[in-house]
Amino acid sequence: MEVLIVLGVPLAAAVLLALAGHRRWAPELNATMSFATLFATLLLTARVVEEGPILALDEQFFVDSFNVFLVALTAFVGFSAALFSRPYMRTEQDRGRVNAGRLRLYHSMFQLFMFTMLLALLSNNVGAMWVAMEGATLSTVLLVSLYRTPASLEAAWKYFILCSVGIAQALFGTILLYFAAEKVLGSGGGALLWTHLHAVRNQLEPTVLSLAFVFLLIGYGTKVGLVPLHNWLPDAHAEGPTPISAVLSGLLLNVALYSVVRSKVLVDGALGRGFSGGLMMGFGLLSVVVAAFFLSRQRDIKRMFAYSSIEHMGIMTFAFGMGGAVAAFAGLLHMTVHSLTKSAIFFTAGHAAQATGTQDMASIRGLVQTNPAIGWGLAIGTLAILGMPPFGVFTSEFLVLTTAMHEHVWATPLLLVALGVAFASIFAKVQPMVFGEASGAPLERGPALVPVFVHLAIVFALGLYMPPYLVGWYRQAAALIG
Amino acid sequence: MSVPFSTQLVNVLAALLLLIAFALLSQRRVLTLIRLFALQGAVLTASTVVVAWSTGYSDLYVSAGITLVLKVILIPWILHRLIDRLFIRWDVETLINIPTTMLVGIGLVIFSFALATPISQMASTLTRSTLGIALATVLLSFLMMIVRRKAVPQVIGFLAMENGLLFAATTATFGMPLVWELGVALDVLVATLIFGIFFFHIREQFDSLDIRHMEKLRQD
Repeated sequence: MEVLIVLGVPLAAAVLLALAGHRRWAPELNATMSFATLFATLLLTARVVEEGPILALDEQFFVDSFNVFLVALTAFVGFSAALFSRPYMRTEQDRGRVNAGRLRLYHSMFQLFMFTMLLALLSNNVGAMWVAMEGATLSTVLLVSLYRTPASLEAAWKYFILCSVGIAQALFGTILLYFAAEKVLGSGGGALLWTHLHAVRNQLEPTVLSLAFVFLLIGYGTKVGLVPLHNWLPDAHAEGPTPISAVLSGLLLNVALYSVVRSKVLVDGALGRGFSGGLMMGFGLLSVVVAAFFLSRQRDIKRMFAYSSIEHMGIMTFAFGMGGAVAAFAGLLHMTVHSLTKSAIFFTAGHAAQATGTQDMASIRGLVQTNPAIGWGLAIGTLAILGMPPFGVFTSEFLVLTTAMHEHVWATPLLLVALGVAFASIFAKVQPMVFGEASGAPLERGPALVPVFVHLAIVFALGLYMPPYLVGWYRQAAALIG
Repeated sequence: MSVPFSTQLVNVLAALLLLIAFALLSQRRVLTLIRLFALQGAVLTASTVVVAWSTGYSDLYVSAGITLVLKVILIPWILHRLIDRLFIRWDVETLINIPTTMLVGIGLVIFSFALATPISQMASTLTRSTLGIALATVLLSFLMMIVRRKAVPQVIGFLAMENGLLFAATTATFGMPLVWELGVALDVLVATLIFGIFFFHIREQFDSLDIRHMEKLRQD
C-alpha cells in the first residue's frame, strides 16, 4: 500500500503540474507534492525497518533495507531540490530565460523524473527497472535543453543519444539474463523478478551471466557516468537548469549504480565475486583517475562539479567492486553523503551563477562580500566534498582507502594521488570565487538557503556521529549486497 | 539431417534482417532509409509470427502485433511526416566512405558470432543461429549511428538497434513477458516523439540537422 502511495503521489503531481505548471503558485505546489512523496517514503521506511523486506502487488515491487534507504534519500533530495527551484526558477523567469510554457514543462517533468527514479528503485522486475531507467532519460532530456540555447540543445542531444544507446546495451543484458533464468524458472513473468532470480542465482548458467553482466555494466554504467562512457554527463549538468543538475548528480547517478549493484548480486551467485568485482573496480578506478585530472582544466563551475561527480561515482563503483561488508558499507555511506553534499553545492553554484550572471569561474569572484550565505555555503560544501574531516565524505573515503590497503594494495596509491589532484584543482578554483575581489551583485530574490545548510549539517553530523539505527540499517544493506 | 521447416524459415528471416542492417549502413538517401527501416520491422514481425506459430506461445502474436503497428506503420509514418515538414530530401553524407564501413561491418558480424557461439549451444534448435545475428544487427546499427552525421539517420540507427534487440528477445527466449514488452514499446514511441520535437529545436537554432554544428562543447 505504502509503495503505491510513494509512486502515486509524484505521478499525480506530474499530471497536475502538466495542467497548472505555469501558474504563479506552481512552484509551491511542486514543493508540496515533493513533501508528500517524502512523507510517504518515510511511512514506507518505518514499515520496512519494523517488518523487514516486503513484497507488494503480486511481487512486482520489492522493498528491502538496500533500496528503502535510497528511496528515502531520493525523496528527500527531491524535496529540497523543489524548495531550491522556487526562488531559482522565479529568478530565471524574471530574467526571461524561461517563459510560462517552459516552466510548465519543467515542473511536470521534474515530478515525472522523480516517479521514474522511484519506480526503478522499487521495482522487483528487472524488465520494469529497465523501462523506468529509460523513462528517467526521456523525462529529463527536454529539461536539459530547457533554455533552447545552441549549447543546451547540443548537450541534450548528446545526453539522449549516448544514454539511449547505453541503455539499449542494458536491454540486451536483461534479455540474456532472462535467457539464462528461463532455463531454471521456466518462461513467464516469474523469470524476470529479482527475488526469484536471487533464489536460484547459484543455478544460472555462468557463461550467459558473464556476458549479461558485461552488457548491463556498460548500459547502466553509461548512466552512472563511468569513464569512458561519461561524455554526456558534464554537458548535461552544465547546460540544464541547476535544480536538474542537482537531481541528476545527486539522484540519477545513484539509481543507475543501484541497478548495477542489483545485477552484480545475481551474477556473483553464479560466478563468484571475482569477475564482476574486477570489472567494477577497473571502471571505478579509471573514472576516479581520469575525472580527477580533467578537473583542473574546467572553466565552467557546474561542469567542474559534474566531473567531481564522475570521480565520486568512481569511488563508489570501486567500493562495491571490492565487496565485503566494510567496503559495501562505505559505498552506501558515500552514496548518501555525496548525494547530499553535491546537491547542496549545485544549489549554491546555481545561485552564484545567478548573482554574477555567468557560469565562468574566472568571472565569479568574492561571493562572501556580495552574497555571504551563498559564499559560505559553497566554501563549506567544497570542503565537505573534498573529504575534509569531520564531514561524512571523509568517513566513507577513509573506509574505502583502508579496505583497499588491506585487500588491493596496488589501488591505494592511485586513489590517493587522484584525491590529491582533485583537492588541489577544486580548492584552487573555489577559493578566489569565495574570497576574492567582489564581482556581481546581491540576488534580488532571497536565495534558497535552508536546503543548502540542512544538507551540509546532515553531512557534518554523519561525520561526527552515526546514530545506531542508521548503522544497523547500513549494515543490513551491506550484508545484502556484500 | 533434416531441419524443421519453421527453423529454416526463421533462419531465412534472420538472414534477411542482417541483410537489411547492411543495406541501412550503405544507403545514402533518407527516404530509402525509412523504407528499409519499415521493411526491417516487417521481417521482424514475420519472424515473431513464425516463432509464435511453431512454439504455440500466444503472447508472441500480441508482440508481433505491437511490432507491426509501431515499427512498420506508426514510426515510419511519423518519420515521413517529419522529413516532409523539415524538407529533408538531400543525400546523407557519411563520416567514413561506404566500402570501408561495410568492411568494418563484416568484422562486427564475425565478432558477434564468435561472442554468441558458446551461448547458442544452450539455445533450442529453433533459434540456434539467431542470437549471433541479433547481436550483429545491434552492433551494425550502432556503427550506423557512429558514422552518420545527420540527426535523422542517427535516429533510424537507434530504432534499428531496438529491432535487433527485439529479435533477440523473441527468437532466443521465445518472447519476454508481455508487460515488459509493452513498456519497451511505450519507451520507443515516446523516444521517437521526443526526437521529433528535437529536430525542430535543432533546426530552429542551427538552420540544419547536421550534427557537425553541434561540436561546440569540447572535451575539457
